[in-house]
Amino acid sequence: MRSGSRPVPDRCPTLRVDTGAEDGAVAAGAPVTGAAEEDDKHRKDRALIRARRWERLAQWMFIVPAAAYLLLFFGYPIAKNLVMSFQQYTTTTFYTGSAPFAGLQNYSKVLSSDLFPKALLTTVLFTAGSVFGQFVLGLAFALFFQRRFPLGRVLRGLLLLPWLLPLVVSGTTWKWMLDPDTGVVNNALRGLHLSSSGIPWLTGTSQALASVILVNIWVGIPFNATILYGGLQDIPAHLHEAAKLDGAGPVASFRHVTWPLLRPVVGVVLVLGVVYTVKVLDVILVVTGGGPANATETIATQSYELSFQQFEFGRGAAMSNVLVVISLAFALVYLRANRRARNVWEAVA
Amino acid sequence: MISSAMPRAQRIAACLRVGSVALLLAVTGCGGKTGPGSATGKVTSITVLDYYTDDPEHTQWGDLLTACGKTAGVTVEQTSVPGASLVPKVLQQASSRTLPDLLMLDNPDLQRIAQTGALTPLGQYGIDSSGFAKGILSAGTYEGKVYGLAPDVSTIALFYNKDMLAESGVDVPRTWAELQAAAAELTRPGRYGMAVDANATFEGTWQFLPFLWSNGGDESQLDTPQAAQALQLWVDLVKSGSMSKSVLNWTQADVHDQFVAGRTAMMINGPWRIPALNEDKNLHWGVATIPVPQAGQTPVTPLGGEVWTVPQNNSKARQEKAAQVLACLNDSTNMLTLAEQHFTVPSRPAAAAQYAEQVPSMAAFVESVEAARARTSRLGVKWPEAATGIYTAVQSALTGEQTPQEALKHAQRIATGS
Repeated sequence: MRSGSRPVPDRCPTLRVDTGAEDGAVAAGAPVTGAAEEDDKHRKDRALIRARRWERLAQWMFIVPAAAYLLLFFGYPIAKNLVMSFQQYTTTTFYTGSAPFAGLQNYSKVLSSDLFPKALLTTVLFTAGSVFGQFVLGLAFALFFQRRFPLGRVLRGLLLLPWLLPLVVSGTTWKWMLDPDTGVVNNALRGLHLSSSGIPWLTGTSQALASVILVNIWVGIPFNATILYGGLQDIPAHLHEAAKLDGAGPVASFRHVTWPLLRPVVGVVLVLGVVYTVKVLDVILVVTGGGPANATETIATQSYELSFQQFEFGRGAAMSNVLVVISLAFALVYLRANRRARNVWEAVA
Repeated sequence: MISSAMPRAQRIAACLRVGSVALLLAVTGCGGKTGPGSATGKVTSITVLDYYTDDPEHTQWGDLLTACGKTAGVTVEQTSVPGASLVPKVLQQASSRTLPDLLMLDNPDLQRIAQTGALTPLGQYGIDSSGFAKGILSAGTYEGKVYGLAPDVSTIALFYNKDMLAESGVDVPRTWAELQAAAAELTRPGRYGMAVDANATFEGTWQFLPFLWSNGGDESQLDTPQAAQALQLWVDLVKSGSMSKSVLNWTQADVHDQFVAGRTAMMINGPWRIPALNEDKNLHWGVATIPVPQAGQTPVTPLGGEVWTVPQNNSKARQEKAAQVLACLNDSTNMLTLAEQHFTVPSRPAAAAQYAEQVPSMAAFVESVEAARARTSRLGVKWPEAATGIYTAVQSALTGEQTPQEALKHAQRIATGS
C-alpha cells in the first residue's frame, strides 16, 4: 500500500460539517445560521460528553479488575476476620453456620490471658532482634559486595540461598544443627573447648528465643542485603570520588556520603523488615514450636494455635487483629518513609 | 467445545460462560455430588476420607475398604489427607456440605465433630455397638449416642533395647522407682536411659497421660498431689541426666529415631513403630507395659485409634451404604486382619483375647488396652483445653520455669479457661 498516494483519511468529520454549515450560511440567512450553530454546538457538546463518559468508563474498566481482586482477596478476608473476632466462632459454626455475636468477649479473653503480655514481649524482642541483626549484617554484606573482586558475583548469588530454600527445610536443618545433644553447633563448641556441656539452644527458655532470632536473621539477610545493595548502586560514584579528593577516608565517606543517601532505603528496609518479622510463623513453628514452655510464643504463633489447634476461631481472629493493627501502624510509617525517600531523591536528582 | 473457527469475541464470551458455570458449581458446592449417587438413583459408589497417607497403611486400608464396599455393592473412592489437616478439612467440608459418605476421625476429635451436628448416630442404621471395649465406645459416644466405631485400637508402652539392658544387668522396670534406677544405670556418654515425647503438642500430653492416670491423677482436676508426683518423675529423670532435655522438642517419631540410633535405651512409644523397628536386624527390642507408681498396680494408658463415622448427607441411600461398609470394617474378622497388619489391638475384647494368643509380642498392648481410657471420656468436648494445660505444665516443669505444683496450678487455669 503506498500511503503517500492516498488522501489522508479525515479524522474529524465534525470539523467538515462545521465548514459546510458556514458555507451554506451566506445563502440561508442569519437566523438559520444561529440555529445551525446552536445545533452544532449541542452536537459538539454531546460528542464531548460522550467522549468524556467513555473515557471515564474506560478508566473504571481499568480499575475494576484490580479493585475486584483487592476486595475479594484482601478486603473480604480482613472484613471476615474482623467480624469473626466479634463472634463466638467455633467448630460448630462450620456446620450450622450460626456464630452468635460475642461483643468484645474474644478480645477481653485474649488480652487478659496470662500468655498475652509474655507473647507481646516475645514478639517485640523477636522483631527487634531479628530486624537489627538482619539489617546490620545485610548492610555489611551489601557494602562488601560493592567492591569488585574475583568470584564476587558468584558469592553474591550464593548469598541469596537462604531465600531460595523453603523455610520448612531450612528450619528443620537448623533444628538439627542446634540440637543440644547431637547438633553440629554444640559439637563444634565442645570440640573447640568453648563449652563443656554445650548450650541448650532449643531447650533453654532464654536460649531458645535467641536461637529462633538467629535463624530468622539468617533467613532475612538476603532481603536486606539485596535491597541495600540496590540502594548503594544508586548512589552516584562521583560523589564518592569527590569525597576522596577532599581527603575523606572510608569511614568518613560512609558517614557523610553513603549513609545520608542510603537513609531513605534504610527506612524502607527497616519498616518492611518489621512488618515481615512481626508475622513470622513458620520459622518459630518449625524450630521450636513456640516452646519450650511458651518461651518462643509470639502473637502470630498464638493466633495460629488458637485458630487451628484449639479451633477457637473467634479468639484466634481477635489475636490476629492485634497483629494486623501493629503491622498497620508500621505500614503507615513505611508509607511516610517512602514519601520522604522520594523527596530526598528528587532533591539529589 | 469451543471451536477455533469461532470469532474471537464469541470465543471469549463462551469461555466466560464456561468459567462462570464452573464457578457457580464451586460456590454452591454441588459439583461432585450429582453423578452416580444422587438422592433417587441407585448408589454405586461412596466417598471415604481418612488420614492413612503412608504406605503400606494406605493400600491396606484401601484394600479392606474395597472389599467391604464389594459386599455392600458399591465402589469406594478413598481420599487420604495428612493427619494434621484432617480436622480442618472436615470443618471446611462441613461448611460447604461436601462431607464424605464415610469419614474416619482420630478418636479424641469425635465428640467435637459430633457436637457440630455433622455426624449421624450409628443406631439409626441398625449397627450393633455391643461387644466393643468400653474405652473406645466412650470415645465414639456423644450425648449418649454412638457416632463412631473403631475396628482396632492402640496405646503406648515401654520399648527397651534388650542388648543394653542385658549389658547393664538391668531388669525391665515395672515401677517408677525401678524406672528411675534402670534409666540411670543405662545412661552412658552419648546415650540416655530413657526417652519420652514432652513436646508442646497434644502428642506430648498423650505421652504424659499414662503417668498421670496410673498415679490416680485426673484431667478434670490437674492441681492435685497425684498429678504433681507424676510430673515430678519426669522432672527427676531429666534433672538426673537419665533423660535428655531435648524431650521438650521431640515428637514420637524423634523418640523412635533416638531409640533406633542407640541414643536411648528405653522409650515410650506406640505399636505403629513396630514395622520400622523390625527393619533393623541388629536392634533387639522388647516391649512392656508402662511402669506404675507401686508394684502390683495396673497401668492406665490413653486409648489411641481411629473411629469411623457416617456424616450428615442429603442422600439416605448413600448413608445406608456407608453404614454397611462401616459395619463390615468393624466385624471381628476384619478387626483381626487390621490388628495384625498394623500391630494394633482388636476393639472387641473377645477378638483381642484370641489375638493375644496368636501374636504373643502384642500381649503388652492387649493388656494395656483393656484398662485404657479414652481422652475424651471425662471431659468430652472440653478435652482440648485440658490437653493444652497438661503439655504447658510439662514444658514449664521440665525447663525449670516452674515447680510441678505451680505448673499444674497454671494448667488447671488453662483447662477451665479462667
